Amino acid sequence: MEALIPYIAKPHPVTGVTNSKLGIWCFLASEVMLFGALFSSYIFLRTGSVDWPHGSQLLNVPLATLNTMILITSSVTMVMSWASLAMKSIPKYRLFMALTILLGLAFLVVKSFEYAHKFEHHIFPSTNTFYAIYFTLTGLHGLHVLIGVLVNLYFLFPGSALWKTNPDQLTGRVENSGLYWHFVDLVWIFLFPVLYLL
Amino acid sequence: MDSKYYGWGLPIDISTNGASIDQLIYVIHGLMALLFLGWITFLILALVRFRERSGHKAEYKPHHHFRVPTLVEVAVAVTEVVLLCAFSIPTFSQVRNEFPPKASALHVRVVAEQFAWNIHYAGKDGIFGKTDVKLISPTSPVGLDPADTAGADDIITINQLHIPVDTPVIADLSSKDVIHCFALPVMRVKQDVIPGQVIPIWFQAKETGNFEIACAQLCGLGHYRMRGFFTVDSKDKFGAWLEGELMKKTGGKVG
Amino acid sequence: MSTASAAHLATAEHHYEDLPFWRKYIFSTDHKVIGIQYAVTGLLFLFFGFCLMMLIRWQLAYPGQPLPLIGNLFNESAMVGGIMLPEFYNQLGAMHGTIMVFMGVVPLAVGGFGNFVLPLQVGAADMAFPKLNMVSYWLYFVGGVIMFASFFAPAGAAQSGWTSYPPLANIASVGQTLWLLGMAFLINSSLLGSINFIVTTAQLRAKGLSFYKLPFFVWAQFITAFLLLLAFPPLMAAAVLQLMDRLAATSFFMPSGLVVNGVVSQLSGGGNPILWQHLFWFLAHPEVYVLILPAMGIVAEVIACNTRKPLYGYKAMVDSVIAIAFLSFVVWAHHMYLTGMGTKMSSFFQITTMIISIPSVIILTSLALSLWGGSIRFNTPMLFAVAFLPMFGIGGLTGLPLGLASADIHLHDTYYVIGHFHYVVAPGTIFALFAGVYHWFPKATGRRMSEALGKIHFWLSFIFINGVFMPMFIQGLAGVSRRLYDPTQYAHALPTQPLNVVMSWSAWLLGLSQIFFIINFFKSIFWGQKVDQNPWGATTLEWTAPSPPPHGNFTKPPVVSRGPYEYSVPGRKLDYVLQSEPAEAPVAGAGKVK
Repeated sequence: MEALIPYIAKPHPVTGVTNSKLGIWCFLASEVMLFGALFSSYIFLRTGSVDWPHGSQLLNVPLATLNTMILITSSVTMVMSWASLAMKSIPKYRLFMALTILLGLAFLVVKSFEYAHKFEHHIFPSTNTFYAIYFTLTGLHGLHVLIGVLVNLYFLFPGSALWKTNPDQLTGRVENSGLYWHFVDLVWIFLFPVLYLL
Repeated sequence: MDSKYYGWGLPIDISTNGASIDQLIYVIHGLMALLFLGWITFLILALVRFRERSGHKAEYKPHHHFRVPTLVEVAVAVTEVVLLCAFSIPTFSQVRNEFPPKASALHVRVVAEQFAWNIHYAGKDGIFGKTDVKLISPTSPVGLDPADTAGADDIITINQLHIPVDTPVIADLSSKDVIHCFALPVMRVKQDVIPGQVIPIWFQAKETGNFEIACAQLCGLGHYRMRGFFTVDSKDKFGAWLEGELMKKTGGKVG
Repeated sequence: MSTASAAHLATAEHHYEDLPFWRKYIFSTDHKVIGIQYAVTGLLFLFFGFCLMMLIRWQLAYPGQPLPLIGNLFNESAMVGGIMLPEFYNQLGAMHGTIMVFMGVVPLAVGGFGNFVLPLQVGAADMAFPKLNMVSYWLYFVGGVIMFASFFAPAGAAQSGWTSYPPLANIASVGQTLWLLGMAFLINSSLLGSINFIVTTAQLRAKGLSFYKLPFFVWAQFITAFLLLLAFPPLMAAAVLQLMDRLAATSFFMPSGLVVNGVVSQLSGGGNPILWQHLFWFLAHPEVYVLILPAMGIVAEVIACNTRKPLYGYKAMVDSVIAIAFLSFVVWAHHMYLTGMGTKMSSFFQITTMIISIPSVIILTSLALSLWGGSIRFNTPMLFAVAFLPMFGIGGLTGLPLGLASADIHLHDTYYVIGHFHYVVAPGTIFALFAGVYHWFPKATGRRMSEALGKIHFWLSFIFINGVFMPMFIQGLAGVSRRLYDPTQYAHALPTQPLNVVMSWSAWLLGLSQIFFIINFFKSIFWGQKVDQNPWGATTLEWTAPSPPPHGNFTKPPVVSRGPYEYSVPGRKLDYVLQSEPAEAPVAGAGKVK
């Protein structure tokens, strides 16, 4: 049904990447611009403000530190899941992918506790511009984590059937998913100090 | 009436620094016309000379290089540098930075709203009375604080900007609601009025007359009718007008 | 290899033929079908946006007069007794711009032409991600439906300009929220599409087709894809922030102390309306290059083909288009000279704006010089392509006074601006798009369009489009502001009011002139003269495939051995050589083929 498209599983001889790998890098470039625009907005609003609160006094730094550890660990397990496929071990792949998903969910659960605590104290995005950008940045990031979790769930369950027919393609797909996951982790590495510590 | 001020093309220029803006506009249009004439001449020449016809074949010259266009390109680049450095950058700097000394200028505040220009004069004491947004009401468009004595001689008009001729004016522009744009076409004055900011501008008129304030940024459904009256009086007439406004405000009692 | 791959293609084609109608034509993954979907939807939105403009022009020519014949068809919230209300006028203005740019021109230029032609010109069987391509189209479609539907929201569609500046856009009615949602769909459609274009060009070029042998059209689309990929996300961010402001009562763009309609705002404040402008224009400036680059690509192909000689300055054009891509990201604040910026910032942006004019002039000049020494055929696509040159020239030149901050003091937000950008987009890009339609219609349908109807369409359009936009420069110099529901309120606008009548009649006659195109288009689909695979005698790869190409495009993947514009090569019987013709011993006097 599909027209003959090369370089789906095997890399291009000159560019050295598969189509989907180049595609995910392009996508990540656009994501850099998206989060970059929001970070720039943060800087613009903060430098233009009269009194900007310190995140460390308003936000839950210990919880966010925990979340940072969770996300970094999940990046490690994500790499391990890809490496397991590269080393042809499906059981190990499943284990590490499941861990990655659980860690991602843990991140979201911790985040929900943070948000709930704020809402209980009648603190909303509308409270002031600091909270507005805090909720928007972390909310959009959280959405990206959720999407990553859903994609990984797909690769853990129905998507893993591809191993039987085209193992190279599955390995490539999981690698690309890993690139996305690392990016989401990287955004958090910037978010955490900027919002919570500065 | 107004027809001697406006027509097709630039309106009359009654400001002291409009000439440099007009000069830039004329110079650049002259250069644009020159370039365009050159292009169009070449185009017509080429279309006629190289039209398909019997006995005529196209030339296969993939690495041919025309010298003239490169020279034109360089000339364009040099011209742009000149336009920037000799005209636009200095003029813009003059407009944005070279404010007249406060002591010699008439200081007004222009508070824009949907859909009117509130002009606030400081009065004889030269001090603006305090204002507060919470005091804004239909009868008090800028929220002048009645408790502040400095505001007793302040004049606030709606859509009436009077200034004396040959006198520098500093206007602090602000907006109550949305972005407007304060424009005095005959003064070559145009400045966005942005809520949350006070943006000062300066200008000086060298002729008297009755002109208009335009709003040059879409501000809602009344944007088209946000027309104000801009009057340049002789110095005496201006003083008299200000007195008259004060009389109206205080009901005859001058403070 | 060839027999096996031919057999594979035959099987793929056979399986494709077996697909049910809804998978073959509605949710197709074939780039040609998707390209046609984009093109037809784009043309429909161009038509709709044009109708909005014709309504605007009634109010401008005859302010406050009831609209004849159709005035009573409009709701009370738009027209009372056929007389347009200012709110509706503002909706027409905002939506005309939005629809033309985001739902008309770009989908046609990039989604339509890019999708249909690019895989063929690089010798690929399809785009790199056919399913993603299909999703891109449907996201665009949904975004378009949302935008269209917004007219029926309470208090109507968005009415704060296509630029949606807060605080006005923040306090506007629900139509603005729908605008933001529609934009979100359009942006994501664009994003997925641009990924496809970049990967296809990088990865799926035919053997031997190096980057500097690519047709200029492909370069233009490739660079445009980068602009879309990297410039749209800040607008997405801005849309998210404005949605938060409108729906969650945040104050990203709302400063403290606002009093709207006498009511003191209860918002937290602390925001800045200028933040929106920075984010918006960071996208919107590269966006204008998205509007023009595909057009230049089309004009390049049509000119090379109809002058029967190689394009002049191909390498300079490619270098220029790459330079434009980078420079387009550092000029955005020339739309913001009057927001209170100081000398340093305004000087920076004036300088970058002047610099970016250089590569644009190089491209225009190269296209014009390509005519020199040619054997010029004046068919319909060539008429439109040649007309593009002076029209884009006027558009580009009138950008200069606007790009210089001091002159901009007088010209900012006047009709001069409207004249400038319309010259670039209307007799500029849209003429190029017409050229593209007439040029590639035979490839897409297997039939020619009528030359007679095409020439009538061209001459009428050319005359009337200048009638619409040339007087705007006069109005602009006179200081007449844009977005005015009733310009007769201002004394300085009265002398040029008669020009509004001239412009409006030109616009309505321009609209009528398109009937020749519409008739030609549909008539030719069914009864146009049939053509073979290369009716124009062109050199690029799409002309080696059948007209129309089957699913999978090429029976054998093409192998490229020469440049894209080998016309009138000495010593040859025909005046063109296909890019995929096998290499031969160098011909004496022909020069080195790069």
